[in-house]
Order: sequence, then C-alpha cells, then structure tokens
Amino acid sequence: MRLEVSDGDLARQAAAGDRAAFAALLNRHYDLIFRVAFRFSGHRQDAEDLTQEICLQLAQKISGWEGQAKLTTWLYRVIVNACHDRRRRDATYSRAAAGWGEVELSARQAASEQAEAQDWLGAALAEMPPTLRDTAALTVGEDLTHAQAGEILGVSEGTISWRMAEVKKHLREMAQKEMTDG
Amino acid sequence: MDDDLKRFRQAMDETTPEPSAKRRAENLDAALKKFDLSQGLEDPARLTQDRAPQARGFLRGLKKMITGFKNPISLAATSSLAVASVAAFAVLPNVNWNPAPPLPAPVSDFQGRALESDVADLAVTQELEAAPVATPLPSREEAATARIKRAPVVQQSQPQHTESIGAGAAYPEADTEAYSNDVANRVVATSENSVSTFSIDVDTASYSLIRSSLTNGRVPPADAVRVEEMINYFPYDYAPPVGENVPFSTSVAVFATPWNSGTQLMRIGLQGKMPLTEDRPPLNLVFLIDTSGSMEAANKLPLLIQAFGLMLRSLDPLDEVAIVTYAGSAGEVLAPTPAGERDKIMAALQNLSAGGSTAGQAGLQQAYAVAEKMTQDGEVNRVILATDGDFNVGISDPEALKEFIAEKSRTETYLSVLGFGRGNLDDRVMQTLAQNGNGHAAYIDTLAEAQKVLNDQLSGALFPIANDVKVQVEFNPAMISEYRLIGYETRILARADFNNDAVDAGEVGAGHQVTAVYEITPVGSPATLNDPLRYGAETPVENPNRDEIAFVKLRYKVPGEAESRLLEMPVAPSLATPDQDGRFAAAIAGFGQLLRGSSHMGDWGYQEAIDLANGAKGNDPFGYRAEAITLMRLAKTLTEN
Repeated sequence: MRLEVSDGDLARQAAAGDRAAFAALLNRHYDLIFRVAFRFSGHRQDAEDLTQEICLQLAQKISGWEGQAKLTTWLYRVIVNACHDRRRRDATYSRAAAGWGEVELSARQAASEQAEAQDWLGAALAEMPPTLRDTAALTVGEDLTHAQAGEILGVSEGTISWRMAEVKKHLREMAQKEMTDG
Repeated sequence: MDDDLKRFRQAMDETTPEPSAKRRAENLDAALKKFDLSQGLEDPARLTQDRAPQARGFLRGLKKMITGFKNPISLAATSSLAVASVAAFAVLPNVNWNPAPPLPAPVSDFQGRALESDVADLAVTQELEAAPVATPLPSREEAATARIKRAPVVQQSQPQHTESIGAGAAYPEADTEAYSNDVANRVVATSENSVSTFSIDVDTASYSLIRSSLTNGRVPPADAVRVEEMINYFPYDYAPPVGENVPFSTSVAVFATPWNSGTQLMRIGLQGKMPLTEDRPPLNLVFLIDTSGSMEAANKLPLLIQAFGLMLRSLDPLDEVAIVTYAGSAGEVLAPTPAGERDKIMAALQNLSAGGSTAGQAGLQQAYAVAEKMTQDGEVNRVILATDGDFNVGISDPEALKEFIAEKSRTETYLSVLGFGRGNLDDRVMQTLAQNGNGHAAYIDTLAEAQKVLNDQLSGALFPIANDVKVQVEFNPAMISEYRLIGYETRILARADFNNDAVDAGEVGAGHQVTAVYEITPVGSPATLNDPLRYGAETPVENPNRDEIAFVKLRYKVPGEAESRLLEMPVAPSLATPDQDGRFAAAIAGFGQLLRGSSHMGDWGYQEAIDLANGAKGNDPFGYRAEAITLMRLAKTLTEN
C-alpha cells in the first residue's frame, strides 16, 4: 500500500496554488536537487547556493507545470539549466573541473576510505570534459536511462550512449594507470 | 553495470555531502514565501492552516484522526495529506514558535476535504502514476516527530525570534518578522516617582512599517507600533537654535489632551542645528548591502539600488563611497571611490545580484574595516547597512551583535540601518544595531520614502551634531499628580543613567527634530487614576519653584567629546491653545496608541484622530500629513468589523 501522494498529484495541486503540496514536493526532492547540484558543480557551497536558487525558481515555475512531462524529468531539467546558467555566469567552470569536492576532502579527512574514494573520483572527474561529467552524474548517479538523460540534457539518446562509452573509456584508462602506477 | 562504473557510482555516493539542514530550512522557507508571492496574496483562511504555531496541536489531532480510520483508501489519502502538511510545518522552523493561538477550524475542514473530494482522485492516480523518486516514508509518526523535534533546535539558535507577534494570523507575509517593543508606559503617580528619563529617538522605521501594513490592507501587529517614531516621522516648525554654542533648540508646550478632558499634553520639541552645506566635512560612506537570496524581490535590492542612486546625486565630489556586500560570504565590491565618479558607483550597484544566505556579521566586520581605512582627520565615517533584516549566518544573537557594534561605535564610525521589504524583517536586530551603533534606523518601502530618508534628510542622517542625547523630566508633585510618557518604551533609562556619561543614548543629526509627548494630570483633576496616599508625604515644604509644573533637563555630547553638556528649562503651567504642529503631533500620538490598543483612549477613536489631523495639516509641502490621514482612514475601515 502506498502511503504517498504521487509527485504528479502534488505538482498538480502545487500548480493550482496549494501551498502545502508545494512544500511537500520541495521537501521530498530537496536531497535530489542538492545531490545533482553538487555533482554538477563539484563544490558544496556552490551546491547549497544553487539549491537555493533552484528552490526559488521552482516556486515560480511550478504554476507553469502542466503535467506534460514526468515531474522528475521536468525537475531534472530545471536543475540542469540552473547549473549550466550558473557555470556560464560566474565561471566556476574551471574551478568545478579542477576541484571536485576539495572542501569535502578536508572536512572528511578522518574517514580514510572516503578520502580514497574522493581522490579517485576527483582524478576521474578532473580528466573528463564537463559534458561527460554531467552525463555521468545523471546516468550513473541518478540511475536514469540514456533516453531520459538525453531528454533532460537536450541531446539525443545516441549522444548519451556515446558519451557514456567515453566515460567508461576514461575510467578504464584510469584503472589501467592505477595498475601500472602500482 | 560494469565494475568501473560501479566503483564510480560508489565514489560519487560517498563523496556527495549531506545538504546543510540549516540551509535546507532557509531555502524551503524562502521558496514558500516566493510561492506565496507568485500566487498573489493568499486568502488568510488557508494560510492559517499552514502556519507553524499550530503544528503541535494540529498534528496530534491528525494522528488521532488517522489512527481512527479502518478503510485503507481513506488511510492512504489522509496520511498522504498529513505528510504534505507535516512537510509544510517542517520547512518553517525559524518562524516564531509563539504560544499558539487557539487551534482554528481547519482541522475539520481538512478532514472534510480529505474524505470527500480528494479520496477518489488520489486513490486512482496513485495507482496510475508511480512516483519514481519518492523516498518511502519511515512511518507517519516518525515523520511527524522527526520534523517537530528539529524545530526547537533551530529556535534556540535564533533567540531574537522569540518575541511574539500579536496579530500574527492576520498577517500572512510577516511570519518571520520580529519586532522590538516593550509594554506601553504606564501612568505614574508623581508622588511615587517624579522623575522620568529617556534617550531620544530619531528613528522613523516604525511609521513606515505601519504604512506598509495598512496600505496592504492589514492592521499592523501592536508590537510593530512605536509611537515616538510615528510622531518623529513628520517635520514640525520648531524654532532653530540661536547662537553658536548650542546644537539644538528646545521648546516645551502644554495643551489640552484631545482624548481626555481631565489631562494635558506636554510636548517637548528639539530642533537640531540646520546643516551648513558649504563647509561640511567630507563624508566617507560604506554601503553595506545584503545580497542574500531573500533580497531578490523588487521592493528590496532593486529599490535599494534606485535609492542609493538618488542619494549619490546629493553627495559632494569630495565624499567617498565604498560598497561591501554580504551573502554567504562578505566581499568588497567597490573600493573607496570619490562620489564624483557616479557612473562607476552606479555600475557597481547595478551589478549586484541576490543569492546565498546572510552572513551579516562578516559583512559588518568588513564594512567597519573599510570605513576605518578611509578615515582621515575631520571626516565623517558612516556605514549604511541595507538589509531585509535577516542575519542568519554568523552572529545572530542580538546581544553579541550589540557588543560588536557598541565597540565599533567608539571608533566614531556611525551606522545607519535601512530596512527593505517585508517578510523576514527583523526589526529587533535593526533597532539593536542602530541604537548601539550611534545611528538610526529607517524602513524603506517605496522610492518616495527613500527620497525622504536619504535625500531630503541626507544631511541630518549623515552629520551628527549631538551624541548621547538624554532627556530627564522632573514633575512637580504639587502641580502634577500623574504623568505618562507616550512612546519611547524601548528608550527608557534609569534615573541615575542621566548623569552617567558612559551610558549610551540617541544621536541627533543636523536638522533633525525630536518630539516627546507626556500626558500629564494636574493635581485635583477628576482624571486622576491613583488615589492619594493616606500616609504619603503631604504638601511639600515651602518651595520657591512651586508654581512650575516640571523641570526639563537635557544632556548631550558634542561629537568628539567624552563629557556631556547640560541644558535645563522650567515649564510654567500656562495652558496654551495648541498650534497646528501640536494638534497634528497629538493626532499622531493618538493614532499610534489606538494601533497599540492603548487603554487610555476612552471613546476617542480613529474618526477623532482623522478630524484632529485634518484640521492641522498646515501647508504640508511633501504630503506626509495627508498620507497619514489616509492611513488613519484605512485603519478605521480595517478595524470596523
């Protein structure tokens, strides 16, 4: 038995001006928004700011939601657009590419396993162009199909498949380098 | 998924941090406010249902309601709606958790809605439309308690929000506003305490707040009303000071009280020296601008930029302007720049955009640091803080802020606080800042108000002529049986503080006017409230000054001096016919007390205030008095039901 109102219902109610529905919707997806924002920006502070921006945007945009797309797809699109706008706007672009999670790293130094994961991920991401990172964040990070990721990023399914092949290639190369470096 | 991807996924999950709970609450709160805005003004009936204060009782009721159901479909529907409501409460943790007003009707509305209209709809659509990312709820009880538990923690970190807002429910957009006020001054028997001491107040923020509420069709919360700030909002025709030595003139007038035939009003008026615009010292201004996300609204940052633009026009080319912003982190946006380079300053202003939370403390520290850097001999430094009042990062404890500001004010840097927008305006923090920072606070809701505060009164606001101005009035018990100071509740000083130069008080700027009104009861008047004491001291010993009704003393410091100077004047018992200014000030004093729900007004109501003010408009060159009468009319209409 489901104990939940579906996203679609909540969004419809929110679009019609139901405050509680909007609050519930935002509350339900807040972690998702933050997670994606973090993976697109690579910085905790940026992710927090982006999340704020997205929340505010949603407050305005929700009234325009007409149920034409699945709510999460629509939500991902809002997030992705906000992240891309932000990148263009304040050129955190290079920062994001270079310093995945550097803040997190210092904060979590104690957990060495995590630090290791961080190093590895940092290295993996630093080598990838941002289009690949975004694609990986959605397909690998969010378990979306290539078709869904394509819809969100505004490219064809084929492009996503090609990008994911590139991502795998990068990862494979890294794994090999790790092996040879010992 | 192949191994590399798996590892990649794992690394991603491990390195993705948890979002900050504090930011989460703030962001959700801000989004909800924006949601309300984009919906237009909500009908209050619906909003009261969502308001946090009722959360506890409401939830308890709901839980009971849910457990009473057997039918799985209605259970699904009601609990889902319960989840929705729980979430709505959870995202408002920094509202005032005041003692809740009695639980309103919505619970039953709610039940009805859930059962009648939405059930079928919900039951069907749940099956049809899966919610792919919906995290399963632990259980409704857990969800409810977990959220509720979080709220008090947040509350503790925001002690300034504990003050109550009287008319909260009727005041939807103001759910996180906090006001600075005190219990209205009581009638004091002169035989028990003949001395009244207070610090002057040149702020006008309260009047603008009241205007903003009334023009939006709401009666302002009683605590938002500071009567002295309403009276001081208006220019009066006081005689300017004569001679070089005294920075201001003092006049006292006594006339009949409009709302009580048995008492009189004693008005004390101060007029600051008019500014000498030609040879004023250069000004160093640091605009400290809040660019946090909540400042985005049209009546905040955009209005602020326009307002500062107006102000730049009246600055001297030798003056210097720097801009520091704060949001998340603080930063200098514009290095000290001569005011002559207006284009450069305007460009910097126009580049500001809102985003992030509010690191007010870091901003203040940086602004003071910049101001200190700009200091040269004989120049006047002032930090102009523009904010919607929410300091949610760094020091958010008014006491700690107070200490910081008070310490900085000793370095002769003045502070002006300009409030923008409504919703999370923290009037209390604003007052704390201005009162301790040798400064004043104003609330800016329209460009016209910006014009008044920044331009017309620029000189007064920016050039202090007297610091730590205190007033002490001693009433003669042989003439006056009772007195009551109208307003100044937040400025009351202890009797001994008057002569203590270490005790901080209000500043008077060039051209500023300050008015204080006492309601006094002559001995033998039927309006006397306190019975005479059976064992009290009888007729005072033969006193050469027995014919005076009161003795007014003023202490002030000339800027740059540590020792205060004293002004004194006796008040003769001559009851005058009030002049236009006197009648208008009385009308405003009455208006303010009506808004505060004062018990001293008898049958005198808004209509009487309107009539009195109408007959005392004078030539009113800026239309301020006409506007006040409009507000009185609005208040009358709004309170008539």
